[in-house]
Amino acid sequence: MAHLEIKGLHKQFGSFKALEEIELAVKRGEFVVLLGPSGCGKTTLLRTIAGLERQDRGQILHAGKDISSLSPAARDYGIVFQSYALFPNLNVGQNVAYGLNNRRAGREAFKHRVDEMLALVGLPGTENKFPSQLSGGQQQRIALARALATRPDLLLLDEPLSALDAIERLRLRSEIRSLQQTLGVTTIMVTHDQEEALAMADRIVVMKNGRIQQVGNPHEIYRSPCNDFVADFIGRGNMIEATAVDTEHVEYGGLKLRSASELNPGNRYRFSIRPEDIRLLAPLDHSENSFFATVDKCEFLGAFSLVSMTPIVDGTQPMLAQFSSNYLAGRPIHPGSMLRVSIPAEHLYPMPEVA
Amino acid sequence: MNTLAARVWRWKQNVNTSASVSGIFLLLAALGLCVFLLLPVGALFSQSLIDESGRTSFVRFREFAATPGMSTAVWNTLWVALTVTSISVPLAFLYAYGIQRSCMPLKGLWRTIGLSPLFGPSLVGGISFIQWFGTQGALKSWLGETSVYGPVGIIMATVFASFPHALMILVVALATSDGRLYEAADALSASRWRKFMTVTLPSAKYGLISAAMVVFSYSVSEFGIPKVIGGNFQVLAVEIYVQAVGLHDFGRGAVVAMVLLVPVLFAFVVDRQVQRRQQASLTSRAVPYIPKPDWRRDAPLLLFTLVVASAMLGVLGMAAYTSFITFWPYNLDLTLHHYIYGLADAGVLDAYLNSLWIATLTALFGAPFIFVTAYMLEKTGSRTSALHSAVQGMASLPMGVPGLVLGIGYILFFNHPDNPVNGLYQTFTIMVIVNVVHYYTSCHLTALTALKSLDREFESVSASLKVSQFATFWRVTLPVCLPAVLEIARYLFINGMTTVSALVFLYSPSTLPASVSILNLDEAGELGPAAAMATLIIVTTATFSLLYSAAARMLLRRHQAWRLVTP
Repeated sequence: MAHLEIKGLHKQFGSFKALEEIELAVKRGEFVVLLGPSGCGKTTLLRTIAGLERQDRGQILHAGKDISSLSPAARDYGIVFQSYALFPNLNVGQNVAYGLNNRRAGREAFKHRVDEMLALVGLPGTENKFPSQLSGGQQQRIALARALATRPDLLLLDEPLSALDAIERLRLRSEIRSLQQTLGVTTIMVTHDQEEALAMADRIVVMKNGRIQQVGNPHEIYRSPCNDFVADFIGRGNMIEATAVDTEHVEYGGLKLRSASELNPGNRYRFSIRPEDIRLLAPLDHSENSFFATVDKCEFLGAFSLVSMTPIVDGTQPMLAQFSSNYLAGRPIHPGSMLRVSIPAEHLYPMPEVA
Repeated sequence: MNTLAARVWRWKQNVNTSASVSGIFLLLAALGLCVFLLLPVGALFSQSLIDESGRTSFVRFREFAATPGMSTAVWNTLWVALTVTSISVPLAFLYAYGIQRSCMPLKGLWRTIGLSPLFGPSLVGGISFIQWFGTQGALKSWLGETSVYGPVGIIMATVFASFPHALMILVVALATSDGRLYEAADALSASRWRKFMTVTLPSAKYGLISAAMVVFSYSVSEFGIPKVIGGNFQVLAVEIYVQAVGLHDFGRGAVVAMVLLVPVLFAFVVDRQVQRRQQASLTSRAVPYIPKPDWRRDAPLLLFTLVVASAMLGVLGMAAYTSFITFWPYNLDLTLHHYIYGLADAGVLDAYLNSLWIATLTALFGAPFIFVTAYMLEKTGSRTSALHSAVQGMASLPMGVPGLVLGIGYILFFNHPDNPVNGLYQTFTIMVIVNVVHYYTSCHLTALTALKSLDREFESVSASLKVSQFATFWRVTLPVCLPAVLEIARYLFINGMTTVSALVFLYSPSTLPASVSILNLDEAGELGPAAAMATLIIVTTATFSLLYSAAARMLLRRHQAWRLVTP
């Protein structure tokens, strides 16, 4: 049975539907990321699991127990906020021990636990400092130590990395992930950063307007988005609409393309093609699904270049392609030049839902 | 498993208790504000609408309108208030501008001098201007044929007394300007005048409006000054006093109070609208403006500041000087006569002790009550519940109710023979309560600002760590907000020491406060002892402020070590 189970959750603020019919099951030890743009309900969902917001309808089961109507303190979780929410007047040791105070543990055990937690987050010996003496990343590590010190069964992270600078964010991201794997604590994180979600999650829950759009592991979400929104939100995508002419070919404007999946002749399909899936060919290469395109613009981004181009075929739209610098090997791409490119058949995968 | 269940149950109990504790506290606060704010004002309201035979009618208002001189009083009150506003606000603006936007030396000193009228009762200005410009005044010739007793004196003394109120608002308004706007204006090579008109004034606009409203209300509801220096010049505030205390006609007093309430409530509503907008116009990304030395700006500003500061010191100094000389202007020998015979032997010194007692109690009970109420409002329960909105509304109301109006409401309500708490009337208790209620709003706003600056998630974090919310209040919220609590206590003490308006209706001979005794001494023509009492009050509040900052600094050093560390 799922460790955390959410059934038919519904929450409304006035006329604004923050959560609609949310169904989600989280396995023990799993790292689940709630992903979506601001206002999509991801934070409300997290806060409802924490008991900080109360749902209008629906159930939350944690370890087989119905916690839907319990107060936050009666639930078993640790939480970390974007703002760290460290107590500024208490030092690091007192902050980490904050939840331990009431447990009447012995003084030794108490201090031992604080040392242990600080070592765990890589900041041993900082217990006498005040939060304001630490960097943002260090403060967030202390907040994590404080949340984990009481050995909660569930860890909730509310955009924990959003307030940090780029380098610190990358570092803490992998630290949180490996810490989570070491401790095996079931974790739910909220973020609006798709890269963060892809890098950290066992499973990603994509949300929009209070509804779950798709649930799947990072690979599934990226490779086969179930609708336009998911395709657009996770990475860049080219949307192509085409009609099947037989079981494996479609007509896209004046182009006839082969798809590796089985199609229904006569049906209209939508395909999301990732920029990095478009291949750059030698000018005379006439392999499958290839065509000429004119370069409109080329953006050099270090490890790769983003090329906007228009196929020289009637009835087609401009496309975005991504070529790795490794592959280009220093060859420049100038606006106005002509390229031979192709869309491999295995990347022409129709989207299940027509939005 | 069993112990776990027991533990969970216990925590659940805990949380439920804390929720109900805050509910009960807020309910009590609501009840308190209801009894000591809404009901008295309501009593005033109903009294003004009930005629002699006990029926509801506008008869009293019609009578009021028909009384000869009343329309003059209304008109006088308004034009004096408008004149005071149009003098006090520009003066305070330039003064604040000098403090915030120039590189003149000794800014801290100028600021303290600018705020110094707050240390004494408003009457001080009245007494002092009589000494300067009165019949025997040192500078009587400056006024030519015009008498200081009347609008001229009222305007001068009210400008003096309201100046620090405008200054406080404008100093803050000018402090929060965005330096980047000036850099942008410089980059576009805008002239000095253009920068002032397009950047400085718009960014201080809300502060200016707010200051104007505060000064206007102050002038409309000020009673001590026209009483002392107004001569026969009729204004509404004095009219209330004359009707209620002089003629014991509370019904008529209530009507005048209602009329007085109208312009003050109007100013209050305008001010609130403005404040709401101002909050939205400030961004956290603003870069503070740091002025660069420029003698063409600094020299005139310094000159202006010097003139205003000397005038202020001249007013305060004259009051103190008067208390030490034998008989103005015939015998200028220095003496302690007024203190020894005028106050101590005349038994008026008790009034000073009464005021100390009232001010201490006001600070001691007011500050915790106001802070805890603000905490319950801000950090417990659902902030949109009816109880929360009710308390929030009542907390912001007192700013729109002049002390005089509150005082006369208290008489009508608490002096009513059917009132079960009738026994409170004329006791220290009710005087302390009326002070807390009268000065509630600014204290409440100070507390709210401090509480809002705390991370919103402290309560969520402590709930997730299963620590009761009140443990977190004690260990985190209160220590972090300590400076605000101390500031509230100081504000209440100083106002408790200097206020006249509400207390003038509520004292008995044994509870006579010092500030009211000045009024009585002045009425008896005892200007020397009156000045002596005023000086005593100023020395007390100034000393208290000094000791207080020293104590606060020590306390902060011991308990707020975290504030002093640098990353």
